[in-house]
Amino acid sequence: MIAIYLLFILMLAIFVGFELIQKVPATLHTPLMSGANAISGITVLAAIVLAGGESGEAATVLGIIGVFFATINVVGGYLVTDRMLAMFKKK
Amino acid sequence: MDTTIFINIIYVISAALFIYGLKLLGHPSTARKGNRLSAIAMLIAIIVTLLDQHIVSYSWIIISVLAGSAVGVYVSKKVEMTGMPELVSLFNGVGGLASAAVAIAAMVGSDLTSGLATISVIALIIGAVTFSGSLIAWGKLSERISGKPIVFNQQAIANYALIGVTILFSALYVIYPSSTLFICAVIALALAIGVMVVLPIGGADMPVVISLLNSYSGLAACAAGFALENNLLIVAGALVGASGIILTNIMCKAMNRSLVNVLTSGFQEVVSMDIVVEGEIKPISADDAFYVLEAAQSILVIPGYGMAVAQAQHAMKELQELLESNDAEVVYGIHPVAGRMPGHMNVLLAEADVSYDLLLEMDEVNQRMENFDVAIVIGANDVVNPAARELKGSPIYGMPVINADLAKNVFVIKRSMSSGFAGVDNPLFFKDNTRMIFGDAKEVLNNIVRQFAD
Repeated sequence: MIAIYLLFILMLAIFVGFELIQKVPATLHTPLMSGANAISGITVLAAIVLAGGESGEAATVLGIIGVFFATINVVGGYLVTDRMLAMFKKK
Repeated sequence: MDTTIFINIIYVISAALFIYGLKLLGHPSTARKGNRLSAIAMLIAIIVTLLDQHIVSYSWIIISVLAGSAVGVYVSKKVEMTGMPELVSLFNGVGGLASAAVAIAAMVGSDLTSGLATISVIALIIGAVTFSGSLIAWGKLSERISGKPIVFNQQAIANYALIGVTILFSALYVIYPSSTLFICAVIALALAIGVMVVLPIGGADMPVVISLLNSYSGLAACAAGFALENNLLIVAGALVGASGIILTNIMCKAMNRSLVNVLTSGFQEVVSMDIVVEGEIKPISADDAFYVLEAAQSILVIPGYGMAVAQAQHAMKELQELLESNDAEVVYGIHPVAGRMPGHMNVLLAEADVSYDLLLEMDEVNQRMENFDVAIVIGANDVVNPAARELKGSPIYGMPVINADLAKNVFVIKRSMSSGFAGVDNPLFFKDNTRMIFGDAKEVLNNIVRQFAD
């Protein structure tokens, strides 16, 4: 039953995503991609639980690796997107 | 209160902020706020995750978060705007790697039911393919690997075989979930798939590849969310996946090709064009170009990858100001696949302080093309090639292009007479109203700027 409930969430999220992103103008496609990079760093949540948990040494080490790389995505992605968006000005 | 419920309530708020943040990305005036909302969503999600009762030790989490943040801050400050395609490519790869690590951790950390084992191995494959594919794409973009398609005999068959063997080992893993051997085999095979899929793709098709890998990095997070039953991973991953797919689709349409065609065209025979374009090339010096520009009332600038290579955007902005003070209208017409990633030209021009309301899309400028006194093409070729409109049999026939040739005068700033990536002659260069200005785009523009100053 959990799988079905997760599929429901997936289906709704995909529709919302399509509706919203179709409205992003071509001007902002590069920041959209780097912003998407940051959001895909959401894996950090799962990695944190694995890195701090007690599922054996291998899982902990892999979790730590996951936290490190996902954090690069999150921090780097949001900062570089902000840097770009700050340049888009209207005169 | 049960922390699991609390964590999930915060996840719901976080998901709402992600969605609202993306909505604000719909206009340049609100986009920055949208990005910040999204960052806040991420921050509260991370903080609340730390309350998870499964976590017994924080020291390594803190160390790796700090290390990752340091790297993230460093690269985001250091990167040049021309280097954005490479950076996004690397970020795609890093995202895939993180998801793959999480999937493997889930696989080795506990005994999985066959359902969870299946979804974990899918997460692992998508993550690993994204990682190795993105590294190859990064190598091609930064010219560490040749931008030309790299192909060998029977490559398509080898790829199908590789995918088949990967599916076989994945199935074996699901049947014997305690076997590390099968996990290692799937990792190696998935990494090989990423390399093999991106190697045969040419440099100019990179906008499609980056968009596609962007989508995969989201789908990898999404699959990891299924494996670990985490709602927020599914929602955020699906948003990124949808974004990448939409961009991939826009890029393919702008080249009038299907995704399958882009991914496999390296295997096919190069279409040679037997139509010879006849006519005379009419070069013009920067000094003479100045006189035409001085008299022009409306000017359209069409930038391409050559502008990024020559770093000519600042010189162009200088010229724009001089033309505007001369009471001329200057706008920019930007083709969806100009540059090496979606929106690349817009970012470079925004960096040079060009107002975003002057950055127009292809359809807007094509409607009023006849009214432009001068169209200046800077380092663009295929995206202004009239063969796409008028030469049946040309490899790019049917591709939507900016109809620069319909403007009253056309200046093409170009290093030499070499053809674009498609290897197609460009009849635009031979048109009666076209003048070629040979040279480095930045130098040429600076020359014209100097003429205005005198």
